[in-house]
This record gives sequence, C-alpha cells and structure tokens, in this order.
Amino acid sequence: MRRLIRFAVGLAVLGMIAGWVLTRPVTLDDSVFAGITGDAARGEPVFWAAGCASCHTAPKVEEADRPILAGGQAFASPFGTFYAPNISSDPAEGIGGWSVIQLANAMQRGVSPDGAHYYPAFPYTAYQHVTPQDVADLHAYLATLPADATPSRPHDVGFPFNIRRAVGGWKLLFLNADYVLADAPMPEVARGRYLVEALGHCAECHTPRNALGALNRGQWLKGAPNPSGPGRIPAIDPASLKWAEKDIAYYLETGFTPEFDSAGGHMARVVGNFARLTPEDRQAVAAYLKALPR
Amino acid sequence: MKFVSSAVLFAALTMAAAPVLAQDFTGQVKARQGQFRIMAINLGILGAVAKGEVAFDAAAVKRATDTLAAVSMIDQGPLWPKGSDNMAMDGTNALPAIWDNAGDLGAKWAAFGESVKGLQAATDAATLGKALGATGGTCKACHDANRAPLG
Repeated sequence: MRRLIRFAVGLAVLGMIAGWVLTRPVTLDDSVFAGITGDAARGEPVFWAAGCASCHTAPKVEEADRPILAGGQAFASPFGTFYAPNISSDPAEGIGGWSVIQLANAMQRGVSPDGAHYYPAFPYTAYQHVTPQDVADLHAYLATLPADATPSRPHDVGFPFNIRRAVGGWKLLFLNADYVLADAPMPEVARGRYLVEALGHCAECHTPRNALGALNRGQWLKGAPNPSGPGRIPAIDPASLKWAEKDIAYYLETGFTPEFDSAGGHMARVVGNFARLTPEDRQAVAAYLKALPR
Repeated sequence: MKFVSSAVLFAALTMAAAPVLAQDFTGQVKARQGQFRIMAINLGILGAVAKGEVAFDAAAVKRATDTLAAVSMIDQGPLWPKGSDNMAMDGTNALPAIWDNAGDLGAKWAAFGESVKGLQAATDAATLGKALGATGGTCKACHDANRAPLG
C-alpha cells in the first residue's frame, strides 16, 4: 500500500513536470534574424496588411496615416474581456525598447519578452507565417510611429483562463504551423494566402471557433458569430461569396460592395488598411479566396 | 361625473398613444434607408464607369452626381430620432453611438456632401474613380463608427 502511494505520488510529480515542460513558452532561435536588416519604408505596407492599427489604437480613434498605438480597445469573448495593449514606440509603456527577436517571439510564438504566454486574442496563430524579413521591416516601421505613455490595461479574464501557463496547453492543441490552403502553385494565390492567412488574419473573425476559442479549420472562412458583439461575420468562402474577383478587389479598395453598400464596423477599418496596399495585393486576396476548395 | 369620464377617456387615450409616440420610428428608418438606397444606386452607376464596365458619359455621370448632391442636402436631423437605434428597435443597424456622440453623424454626412463635389468635378473614368474612393472613405468612416456589422 505504501509502495502504491509512493508510486502514485511519483507518477503525479512526473506528470506535473511533463506538463510544466510541455506548456513552457517556446521561443525562436536568435539565428533566424542573422543577416537581416529592417527597413521602415518596406515595413509600412506590412504594418497595414497586418492590421496592427485596427486593434491597437485607442478606442474610437479615427484612421490616421501615422496612428498612435496607445491600446485600450476592448475585445469581449466567452473567456473574458481582452484589452489591446500599448504597442507605441514609448520605451516604458509601449514596445519601443523591444529588439527584433522580441517582436518576433511575440508575433510568431505568442511569447512576451519576459517569457510569458500571450492569449491567442493576439493572432500569433496567423502571424507565425510572417517572414523574418517582414518582421524586421515592421519592427523598423513601428519605431517611426509616435510614442504614447498610456499604460496597458490588464485583461479582465476570470479563473481558470487567467492561468497564463494554461495557454501553453492551448498552443500544443491548436497552434497549427500548416497553411489551410496547402498548395498555392500560382504566385498570385501564394501572395493572397500570405495576406489572408498570415498578415491579414482574416480567419480570426470569418471562421467559427470551438469551445476553447480555437479556429475550426474545417469551416475555414465560412462565417461566424461576431466574436466581440451581436450579429454575424459573413462567410467569404467560394461557395458563399459570389462576387467576381474584380469586385472583391474593388471592395477592399473602396469599401463598396457590388450593390454599392459600404463596409461597416471592424471591416471598415480592414478596408482602410487594404486601401493602402497595392492593387496587386488586393487582387491577390481575391485570387486566394477563389482558389479555396469549394 | 362628466369630469371623471373625461379623465378616464384622457388616461385611456394617452395610454394607448404613448407607446406609439415613443416607439414607432419605422417611418424615419424607412426614410433614411431609402436615401441610402438612392445613394447606392447612383454610386453604382458611377462605380460601373470607374471599374471600366461602362464608358464615361458626361451627361449620365452628371445626372448621378447631381442626384447624390441632392441627397446630401437632405436634413438628417428629423431622420434620426433618439430611440431609433438597433438596441431599441428592429429593422435598423444604427448603433446607439450615434446618439452618444452628438454631432458626429452630422459632421460625417457633411463630409459625404463635400466629397460629392469631387465626383461632380470628374472629367473621365480615372478622375471619377479617384473621387469615388474619397466618397467611399466618407461612407466607411460613418459606418465604422455608427453602423453594426451586417449579416
């Protein structure tokens, strides 16, 4: 009996150690950025394509050419309310003091500079596909934007979701390193895949989630309840979205649907971002959406 | 006695009328949605030219831009009574934010009207397309702040 208890305790301790190891934050190797130099001018389109400003400006701030990324917008979810943090160039309250590798670990591994997991409300599941060059360029561009000393507001997340370490388990289960559209032989579709699945993180709103908040990849872009409010986010998979490629590209430029209604809500900001990209990029998004399997 | 019965009648009348007076804004909602529909139809005429689907015809473009200018002069005040938001009633996507930020809707409507001048000044498909982008920006700015997502 005593031996059995000892065995059970030992097994429990082993399990805890295994759990601790498995859920530890995993960071990138420093060598990823060897020989890569960031360029702010190249980083600007990366910034708009990644939609940073849409979530990280202060609440109710209108679009600006050089946004102040003070944070504070609230994102309600079944797990609590997340508040977008200050990512301005302020060295104390923002991320002005971060190195390229720190930004990369945040965006691509969901790990903060002090080694804690970020909640996946921050779309690192999409940003993991971003190229090291684009991260370095974005890092250079972010440094050129205004500093703001507003402190980040802590998330309002209850037990058990407030245990950050548990996010490590979530990552084990749901962080999928594969693109949904596995094959993109045409360069235009490959570019569109990069814009939709990686930088644009379109699926974060347009794809339904499971009970633990992970995207249901089998229902890719097939529409979902609005993650942060009433209503639904429309389906944009090929079976649902009948618009011509030209109409999709025009919508992303102007916000006008083929019926000349106009985007509202968060999508209006997405259009504001895509309007700053090249016509080729908007066309690439359209080509990707049409290339998805029906 | 007569006094009592007229008091009862008055009470009954006000009780019957009050919910109607306070709640029924379907006419205003129809009117504002109708003006947006007129805008969409005429923007569509211009959009077909901008996209290159239809040749630039100065007379047709003028009819559409004049119509948009006319719509932009409709006083929005009476169309947006307090209590006609999407929390208070069905059939509208108007967010309560409109009434929380007094003056915002009017300012954004004025920006739309201003952008129509750019459409009226267009001389070919390219300049029309550029001006249409600016007009689209004014639509988007208001929808971003004041309209719930559709769907």
